[in-house]
Amino acid sequence: MSEHATRDRGRASMPTYLGMPPFPEAAGKAVADTRLRGNLAHATGTIRDRRLSAVAELDDWDALREAGKQIKDHTLEHLDHYLLLLEEKITAAGGTVHWARDAAEANRIVADLVRATGHTEVVKVKSMATQEIGLNEALAEEGITAYETDLAELIVQLGDDRPSHILVPAIHRNRAEIRDIFRSRMPDAPADLSDSPAELAEAARRHLRAKFLSAKVAVSGVNFAVAETGTLVVLESEGNGRMCLTLPETLISVMGIEKVLPTWQDLEVFLQLLPRSSTAERMNPYTSTWTGVTPGDGPRDFHLVLLDNGRTDTLADQVGRQALRCIRCSACLNVCPVYARAGGHAYGSPYPGPIGAILSPQIRGIGSPVDASLPYASSLCGACFEACPVAIDIPEVLVHLRAEAVEEGPKHPLVGTAMAAAGWTLRSPRRLALAQRLASASRRLVGRRGQIRRLPGPLRAWTDSRDAPAPPPESFRAWWKRTNGGRS
Amino acid sequence: MSSAREEILGRVGRILGPGRTPAATAYTAIERPYLRRHHEDGVLDLFAERTADYRATVHRVDPADLPGAVARALTGSRYAVPGGLPAEWLAEVDPARLAHDPGIGELDGLDGVVTGCAVAIAETGTIVLDHGPGQGRRALTLVPDYHLIVVTADQVAPDVPEALERLDPARPLTFISGPSATSDIELNRVEGVHGPRTLEVILTVRSP
Amino acid sequence: MRIALFVTCLNDTMFPDTGKAVVRLLRRLGHEVEFPAAQTCCGQMHFNTGYRKQVTPMVRSFAETFAPYDAVVTPSASCAAMVRDWHPRIDSGAAPVASNVYELAEFLVDVLGVTDVGAYYPHRVTYHPTCHSLRMLKIGDRPLQLLRAVRGLELVELPDATECCGFGGTFALKNSEVSAAMGADKVACVRATGAEALCAADNSCLMHIGGILTRTGPDVRTVHLAEILASTEEDPHE
Ligand code: SF4
Repeated sequence: MSEHATRDRGRASMPTYLGMPPFPEAAGKAVADTRLRGNLAHATGTIRDRRLSAVAELDDWDALREAGKQIKDHTLEHLDHYLLLLEEKITAAGGTVHWARDAAEANRIVADLVRATGHTEVVKVKSMATQEIGLNEALAEEGITAYETDLAELIVQLGDDRPSHILVPAIHRNRAEIRDIFRSRMPDAPADLSDSPAELAEAARRHLRAKFLSAKVAVSGVNFAVAETGTLVVLESEGNGRMCLTLPETLISVMGIEKVLPTWQDLEVFLQLLPRSSTAERMNPYTSTWTGVTPGDGPRDFHLVLLDNGRTDTLADQVGRQALRCIRCSACLNVCPVYARAGGHAYGSPYPGPIGAILSPQIRGIGSPVDASLPYASSLCGACFEACPVAIDIPEVLVHLRAEAVEEGPKHPLVGTAMAAAGWTLRSPRRLALAQRLASASRRLVGRRGQIRRLPGPLRAWTDSRDAPAPPPESFRAWWKRTNGGRS
Repeated sequence: MSSAREEILGRVGRILGPGRTPAATAYTAIERPYLRRHHEDGVLDLFAERTADYRATVHRVDPADLPGAVARALTGSRYAVPGGLPAEWLAEVDPARLAHDPGIGELDGLDGVVTGCAVAIAETGTIVLDHGPGQGRRALTLVPDYHLIVVTADQVAPDVPEALERLDPARPLTFISGPSATSDIELNRVEGVHGPRTLEVILTVRSP
Repeated sequence: MRIALFVTCLNDTMFPDTGKAVVRLLRRLGHEVEFPAAQTCCGQMHFNTGYRKQVTPMVRSFAETFAPYDAVVTPSASCAAMVRDWHPRIDSGAAPVASNVYELAEFLVDVLGVTDVGAYYPHRVTYHPTCHSLRMLKIGDRPLQLLRAVRGLELVELPDATECCGFGGTFALKNSEVSAAMGADKVACVRATGAEALCAADNSCLMHIGGILTRTGPDVRTVHLAEILASTEEDPHE
């Protein structure tokens, strides 16, 4: 029996943002926020067309996508082998590898490493893994201040806000809002700061420069880790990543165990897939790679924290496992019609959008109302699957997790009864015909000019915003029988 | 209590089960039906065009004209240069304007930095530094606001796969595609955040 | 060729005219179609909502009911996708029957090899490619090929056509606000075309979009692809 079937879950935790309601409630509120919807529609609309042309430029995109999928699947199938190899190579190159079962353990390791340096400030380059484990908050409890250096993370941090996108965490803010946050929260922001993106970027540059030049400890995430060589890879745009990876004396990188790749050659696939899917660029401005420590260049002390936090549980699920192929490009968010209207916060997790809807319930388990609602946060339109550079069949996983939610999540007796009744009716042509006759008989009572304005019970959610058709006088089946298929 | 390492590896091993094909054998079965390069001809033109697409300034010069081109590009007063940079590249620049391998403190006050590179990628308009001779340690090309890179024709690989083949992953590598930029405001690319805001490239190509 | 009609439970109960249109159309093209009375539902609603235990009997009964036929035609892209994509994975015994299932436009263009079915529909029409027809079945421009050959029909392009309308089965109830917001945007695109009728290959999506259309104005009607293709000068769609 698989580990999954026995529900022998590993240790995992991730902040469910405090007091988060289930998705429909949070999304319902977000939909009503016209400014938010405008910001999201504008930003995702911009990136959609550009991604399409960046992808169309490569004739072999489907082949790259297939190779990316196969490399990831192969790695997951031999994950233990590649993790050991990675550890061996990094250690040989002068780095230290740590293992963490869950968020608390990872946070403890990082806090201890920072404390051992004697410093109380760290600079950070954007990383989903440290968002997932709530590292900044954990460090703060230890008296260590973490400074986010990525522009969008800085906007979120200064605004006391939460990230709403995996690549552009401040996507829910437009330029005017960003200017207001900088003006009120950034001590050295010019008083006449305008909302031109170039000026905003310039303000961030000036704000962080002194921090970079004096920082002694940095914390980063990792995009890829090459097992055969022990090489870590970080892709970025602004140069804050290079600053963090190069200038401090101590570098601590946190990565999910699924980020490992077998060989250096494999990067040739992902360095083509990721930038085009993510920012629609042929290549992102900066990619840094490093292997352990290099005397005379960069940090003297390098630590890698390998994080499980629910990933082995995800690995144990044959269908859900494909979520571990994710390279966090955010293409699925940008094409998702639900994300564009609900926004990232509604997903109640650092991982929003389609990938969040399949990742959060797998990492945290499907027990809570938020997690049980996430697999339903989709119309199953399939745009995410189509865009995903590693071909994660997100609709397939969503439907799979819906079944888990029904079987193991919080119970909804009313829905369960209704679905059972519908199933019972639909399993028999005789019962279906009877139900159809009852529906047809009721048409006079409910309909006006063929339309129903208000349905009772749970179906009211339909007629709150749309009419429902009144049942026809006769079902197709009844017509066929009566007229011998229209022949009499 | 077992250590985190044993526990994680143990769980992974139990989930994936015994009797798997050895990783090395299974690895060879991965299909790679993609192209090794997207363009056969005009690789140097492509490199110049794609690099310029990302708002880097690109000059094409004959190797004999390189010193003049470098001198013309350096319009500020003082520049960092790494050890191992060919002396003839700087032949027409006043040595007093050059700081050799300066410390981090000094770097922020300079007008820019001049380096060579290890490899360039035509398809993506990318230049890769391996921080060997003539390229300096990583901080050197990061802190100054202006970066002039000399790329020789033989360093230009047509596409990503061939570029990676030419690189040594044991060295720290920096892939640069245009000046520092961000897409963080409304998902639109804006040049100029923390890295050098101006990237200038001199591509040396022997005239026929 | 023995052809069966899988009308689908939704069309059977709510949109019988669509089923009748398929029968009329195929007869006009010289093909007799049978309606096996044992058919009920492909199981999509239960499957997509997570009630998988209820689905297996529906998959088995579908396979049994339609086993004797060479081709099964259905006027629903999403039900065709459910059968073709999922039935074999739910029960491998369902695979042979599943591979004989065709959405109407696929059947006309790929199996019968016709694009001009001799239809007449003198109206300004826009076409919404439903998600399952587009991304699961990948029927591409087959419906458009068919519509372009309809006499009198003026086909106008729908802006942001490939964006989901927000129906999504029980999504429309479980996440009704988001669903309605998506539907409202779709309706705005439909109205922007100035079309008199919105056409699609799925009555489920049309029921959702149409419900918003009738709630907000009398100007645009919804019509299933089959009903346009069945319409002729002698026997026009009402
Ligand atoms: S699931 Fe696919 S599309 Fe979404 S972020 Fe991950 S890799 Fe990108």
